[in-house]
Amino acid sequence: MNRYLWPLIAVVALLIFLVMGLRHGDPRALPSPFIGKPAPQFELPTLKNPEVSIGTEHMAGNYALVNVWATWCVMCRAEHGFLLDLAKSGAIPIYGINWRDSRPEAIRWLYELGDPYLASAYDEDGRVGIDWGVYGAPETFLVDPEGTVIYKHLGPLDPAIWQREFVSRMNDGGAD
Amino acid sequence: MIPEIGQFALILALSLAICQTVFPLVGAHRNDVAMMGVGRTAATGQFVFVGIAFACLTYAFVADDFSVLYVANHSQLALPTLYKVSAVWGAHEGSLLLWIFIITAWTVAVSRFSSGLPEAFAARVIGVLGFLSVGFLLFALLTSNPFDRLIPAAADGGDLNPLLQDPGLAIHPPLLYIGYVGFSVAFAFAIAAMISGDLDQRWAKWTRPWTTVAWMFLTLGIALGSWWAYYELGWGGWWFWDAVENASFMPWLIGTALIHSLAVTEKRGLFKSWTLLLAITAFSLSLLGTFLVRSGIIVSVHAFATDPTRGFFILTFLAVVVIGALLLYAWRAPSLDSDVGFGLLSRETFLLLNNVLLVVATALVLIGTLAPLVIEMATGGKISIGPPWFNVAFLVPTIPLIILLGLGMHTAWRSQDKTPWTRMLRLPAIAALVLGVVIPLFIYGRISVLLVVGCAAAAWIVVMSLIHPIRSLLREKGTAGITRSVLGMSVAHLGMGFFVLGVTIVSAFGIESDRALRPGETIEVAGYEFEMRELRNVEGPNFSAIEAEIEIRKGGDFVATLRPQKRQYLVQKNWMTEAGIRAGLDKDLFVALGDQLGNGGWSVRIQYKPMIRFIWLGALIMALGGLIAITDKRYRSKVRKTATADAAAAEATA
Repeated sequence: MNRYLWPLIAVVALLIFLVMGLRHGDPRALPSPFIGKPAPQFELPTLKNPEVSIGTEHMAGNYALVNVWATWCVMCRAEHGFLLDLAKSGAIPIYGINWRDSRPEAIRWLYELGDPYLASAYDEDGRVGIDWGVYGAPETFLVDPEGTVIYKHLGPLDPAIWQREFVSRMNDGGAD
Repeated sequence: MIPEIGQFALILALSLAICQTVFPLVGAHRNDVAMMGVGRTAATGQFVFVGIAFACLTYAFVADDFSVLYVANHSQLALPTLYKVSAVWGAHEGSLLLWIFIITAWTVAVSRFSSGLPEAFAARVIGVLGFLSVGFLLFALLTSNPFDRLIPAAADGGDLNPLLQDPGLAIHPPLLYIGYVGFSVAFAFAIAAMISGDLDQRWAKWTRPWTTVAWMFLTLGIALGSWWAYYELGWGGWWFWDAVENASFMPWLIGTALIHSLAVTEKRGLFKSWTLLLAITAFSLSLLGTFLVRSGIIVSVHAFATDPTRGFFILTFLAVVVIGALLLYAWRAPSLDSDVGFGLLSRETFLLLNNVLLVVATALVLIGTLAPLVIEMATGGKISIGPPWFNVAFLVPTIPLIILLGLGMHTAWRSQDKTPWTRMLRLPAIAALVLGVVIPLFIYGRISVLLVVGCAAAAWIVVMSLIHPIRSLLREKGTAGITRSVLGMSVAHLGMGFFVLGVTIVSAFGIESDRALRPGETIEVAGYEFEMRELRNVEGPNFSAIEAEIEIRKGGDFVATLRPQKRQYLVQKNWMTEAGIRAGLDKDLFVALGDQLGNGGWSVRIQYKPMIRFIWLGALIMALGGLIAITDKRYRSKVRKTATADAAAAEATA
């Protein structure tokens, strides 16, 4: 055995290991302690009307998306078109959590770009965001009819991610 | 329009890079001078077009073109212009473009200063560099295009990560990349030498100055990053053994080993195959670092936006480059075994030990960096290997390394006579031990085994590094002084001594204290009184801040006024800590604001950091040593000789 081959063998082993590491999972899939647990309770004023409040109980009975967004978030703008399409298709009710934002700007954003949300909760100081373990916007949670968080996606949604990560998870429970 | 020009320039650069790879390599194989000549021209062309692409991206930032996705994500109207420029390399796509720009700049430098090399050898070096450039250009164009459009354009951008809005961090990545990429030159020299099979000592001589320059920049880049982490992250630490820091540290360790091993190969023709392996490893670790940082495989405080497709691309490229290089190595290296011997007590022995210890240190860092990944794959849990493990593990190879360093500098090549050697060492050894006890005990008033070891080791290196320069100063008139090579080595090792001293003192005597402080209150830390005079609001261009005015006194005498800030950046809404630091060679006083407490007070972190400046000063002096070494006569004479040869040739044709 040529001893000058040893570095090559070591490197090939390391590379195989790294390939396995890379396929091991989407590195974006940060483990969320909330997955498989009941969605954290909240009660917040809605964005458009501070007199009316919205909370977890409004979502019960159906699959629902909870989308964390803000006007300062460029990637929220990127996914906005898809959210509008999704809302129009009626596949799932979408609730927004407007996170650490200014109310007039957020209302203007929805007026200008269209409103995909059944309702948006206004989380001005980010308190509910903390309960939900939000790292940054946009983030989207999939909540099942029993009110359990079954998936969390970091970053903007698009049709491919929707089909791959969300639709597949709803089918086994039977989407309505 | 401008971004499209940039995009087009990148594609042209890719075509030129392909020419720069194919023609010189084939030309060198066929001994076809015309084909080899294409390499230099293509390299210059590639440099120009990548430069155009870089200028276009910079323009898009400065002109606030938010129809470019990358600009929209990483800039903002109110961002100061300096940071609009540095935002170009503030995230993955643009920093990759900077990386490519730097490799083309290195290539042009090599082709410009390679007139002393045999034509075929220079052609192969340029060809290999072209191949690396092709890989990175493809990476940029296929997975990470900085010129992708955002239609419709955003009205305003998402702002540059506030952590990066700092002058230190504006120049940290360029320095680091010049270092990283510089190892590609040593790599290209090694590959060119192995392809040609012409592996005599000249190869080592040609590689040495390039390696030293790359190492210098890497040293400065890492030191700057460490300094930035110290004052900007608000934790007051200077090294965190974070995966990304380790990614830059591993090539540095191997690069250091390479510099030493090259010395042996150049002077004595030994360690040839080992030196080749180190040259391959240094650059491979640079690539591995890129992979770790940009694939998101390891969670880190400053990882780039992660994307698995990018990870696969870099991994494939890494595999092609490293496996190709090591196959070539396995083929060529066996013929390099040399029978030249050296005595047990000789400089060769010490340099061999230096190499072994540096490689062990690198392996420990690599293991610590990859261990979380291994554990995650085995058990599914996410863990992190913390500084305590690294701090202990890293001491194991470095303490003997430091002791041997002082000895090796004063040991002769081939074989050293033992009697004069031990006689010469006696005095410095005693001095080091005395200083090792005196410094901690009489200046700082406490002593422990590790403290004595650290201080004695630092004193040992400092004393040993000064011997050559002092002898040279005291020499008789008319006799030769030391060469720049030896002076450079002495200076670099002196820097190492300063560094070790700084690390030892600050780890043993640094004080950190988290306290609550209200306006008007005074607290005492490390013998200093810290009084919060007032709190006020301050408005910056793209942030608003709360600033505390803190007056420091010692025994009633005024020492300094610090103004730490807590900034909220208006776009990304995150809070950043801007520490107030009273810097001094003997100590730093550091105040950072923590969180607002209910009663109108703030939690503040106060730190007393004795001699922490020696850490960065040491690194700066190390880099200076490298600079002195490359100005050595034998490198200059080469240029002069070829210049005269050119002049003679010109005369002959005239």
